[in-house]
Amino acid sequence: MFKNRLFLIFLLLLPLISHAELTVEVVGGAAQQIPIAIVPFSAQTQAEPAQQDNLSNVIGADLRLSGLFRVLETRGVTNHPHLLSEVKYSDWLGIQTQALTIGTVESLPGNRLKISFRLIDVLKQNQLLAMEFNISASQQRATAHRIADMIYEKLIGEKGVFATRITYVNKENGRYSLQVADADGFNPQTVVSSKEPLISPSWSPDGTKLAYVSFEKKKPVVFVQSLVSGQRIVLANFKGNNSAPCWSPDGTKLAIVLTYSANSQIFVINADGTGLKQISFSNGIDTEPEWSPDGSTIYFTSNRGGGPQIYRMPAIGGEAKRVTFEGAYNVSPHLSPDGKLLTFIKQGPNGFKVAVQDLTSGQVQTLSDTTEDESPSFAPNGRMILYATSIGGRGTLAAASVDGRVKQRLRDTGGDVREPAWGSWLN
Amino acid sequence: MKKSLLMSLLLATTLVACSNNAVKEKPAAPVVDNSKSTQVTQPAAPAIKEEAAANPAPAQPEIAVNPLKDPNNILSKRSIYFDFDKDEVKAEFRPLVEAHAKYLTANPNAKVILQGNADNRGSREYNLSLGQRRSVAVKKAVNVLGVQDKQIETISYGEEKAKSCKDETCYQQDRRVDIVYENE
Repeated sequence: MFKNRLFLIFLLLLPLISHAELTVEVVGGAAQQIPIAIVPFSAQTQAEPAQQDNLSNVIGADLRLSGLFRVLETRGVTNHPHLLSEVKYSDWLGIQTQALTIGTVESLPGNRLKISFRLIDVLKQNQLLAMEFNISASQQRATAHRIADMIYEKLIGEKGVFATRITYVNKENGRYSLQVADADGFNPQTVVSSKEPLISPSWSPDGTKLAYVSFEKKKPVVFVQSLVSGQRIVLANFKGNNSAPCWSPDGTKLAIVLTYSANSQIFVINADGTGLKQISFSNGIDTEPEWSPDGSTIYFTSNRGGGPQIYRMPAIGGEAKRVTFEGAYNVSPHLSPDGKLLTFIKQGPNGFKVAVQDLTSGQVQTLSDTTEDESPSFAPNGRMILYATSIGGRGTLAAASVDGRVKQRLRDTGGDVREPAWGSWLN
Repeated sequence: MKKSLLMSLLLATTLVACSNNAVKEKPAAPVVDNSKSTQVTQPAAPAIKEEAAANPAPAQPEIAVNPLKDPNNILSKRSIYFDFDKDEVKAEFRPLVEAHAKYLTANPNAKVILQGNADNRGSREYNLSLGQRRSVAVKKAVNVLGVQDKQIETISYGEEKAKSCKDETCYQQDRRVDIVYENE
C-alpha cells in the first residue's frame, strides 16, 4: 500500500524529471525545397492548447526538419481558410507557395477532438489529400506527426518518419537516463535512470523493447527492457564486460560483445538470454556488431589490422572481410534499411565525423562539419542520419540528410545528450 | 647516492611519526588521486625507498607503514598511461608494474582490480573495448612476473569516467589503467 503511494508520488514527479526537451534548429537547407503554407487550423472552442502542441506548428516543424520543405509564413495573408470552399488561390499564388494545408479542430464530448485536414496543390488548384481523425486530446501531437507523414509521402513519394521514435541517453545532474521521445525530440519518457553510465541502446525490430548497457552493477551488463510493461531482464552478465547489443532483424537473437578476461569478442545470444555462441575469434578488439537487414551478415568494428576499421562476416561466424579503407580510424557501423549504405564515424584531420559509404561502389562521403560526432543511425526511411555531437562542450543530437546537404541540430534545453538510436516504423 | 638514502630515511621517519594522524584523515587521501605525479617518468630510485619504508627507523619499530599508501613508495603510484588508440605498456611504467607484481607475488592473498580507461574521443563501445585491452595488457605484464590469475580482475570503464577534455594534455590523463587493491 505504502509502496503504491510512493509510486504515485513518483508518477506525479515524472513531468518535472523529464522536462529536458529538444528543440529543432535547421542549420542548412537543400537546394530544391518544396514551398508549403500551413494555415493554423480553426481554433478549438475549448481553451487554447499549449503552443508546442498547436497542430500547424508541429506539422511545419516536422516538414522543416526533413530539409525538403520551405515552410512559408502565412501571417501576411489576411484571409485564413479552413474549408476547401474558403480557399482563395490568388492569395496563395501571391506568396509563391506550391502546396497549402488547411484544417479544422472541433471539440467533442469526453475530451475528444475531431481533426480534419486537406492538402491542396495551389498551382493545379486541386485537392491532393483529405483526412479526418477522431482522437483523444492527448493524441494531438501524434496526430500532427501523422499528418506531416501523409503530406511528406504525397509530395516526396516515400514514407515519412515523423511518427517514429528515437532513444538516447540524457546525463543531467550526475544522473543518466535512457529516454524515448518522438522523432522531433518532444514528449520524452524516461525508460530507466541510474547514477552509473548507460550506453548503447538498441531497438528491437518491432519497437517494443530496448536492449542497453548499464554500469549499475559497477561493470557493463546488458539488459533488455519492455517499453510496454517496463519489465526488464538481464540479457548478459558474464565475467568481464558485457556490451554493444544489436537485435537480429527477426527479433529472436542479439549480437553482443563479451570479454571474459581478455579482449572484446562478438557473441550471439537468444533474446531470452539462452543459447550463447561465440562468432568472432581474433587477437584484437571485435565490437559494435550490426546486423544486415537480411540477417545474413554482421558488420563490426575491429582493430585486428592495427587501428579500428569496419569488417563484415557471416552472421553464423566465418571469415571476416574488411569494409572501410579510407583513414586510420573508422568505427560504429550502422546500415541503411535497404542494406546499401553504411554510416560510421571516421576520424579525419579535423576530428571525428559522420561518414556514409556506398557499399556497392565503395565511395565514402563525410556528412558532418562538427568534430566530436558519435553513434550515427539511419531513419527508417533511410533518408536521414541521427547522431550525437558536442557543441559548447555539451552533448547534443543532430540529424543530417544522407546526401549531406541538410543538417540540423536537435538542441536540448539542459542535459548532456548522447548515444541516440532511431527506432523503426510502428505497426 | 648516500644523500638520497639519507633523505628517504629521514622522510620515512617523518612519515612514521605522522602515521597516527594519517589514519584519521583516511577519506581525505584517496589513493587514485596520486595520478597527476605519475605523468612524469619515474626515476629508478624507489627500490631503495621501499626498503627504507619496510624497515622503519628504530625509534618507533611497532608502527608499520602500509607500503601501498606510503607516498614515498612506488606502490602508491597506481596509474599507467597509454598513447592514443594504443594498449602497449610503455617502458617508463616498467618499474611501477614490476613493483606491484613483486608485492602481489609476496602477498598471494592480495587482489587487484585493473580498471581500464580511454579518452572521450571516438566510439564509446570501441573505447570500452580499448580500456579492457589496456587492463589486459597490464594483467599480462604482471602475469609474466608471477602474479596469479585469481589475484587479478580486469574491467573497463571505457570513456565513461573521462573528463570533458579539449586538448592532449587533458586527454592523456584519461588514457590509463588504475591499479586498485581489494578493500581500498
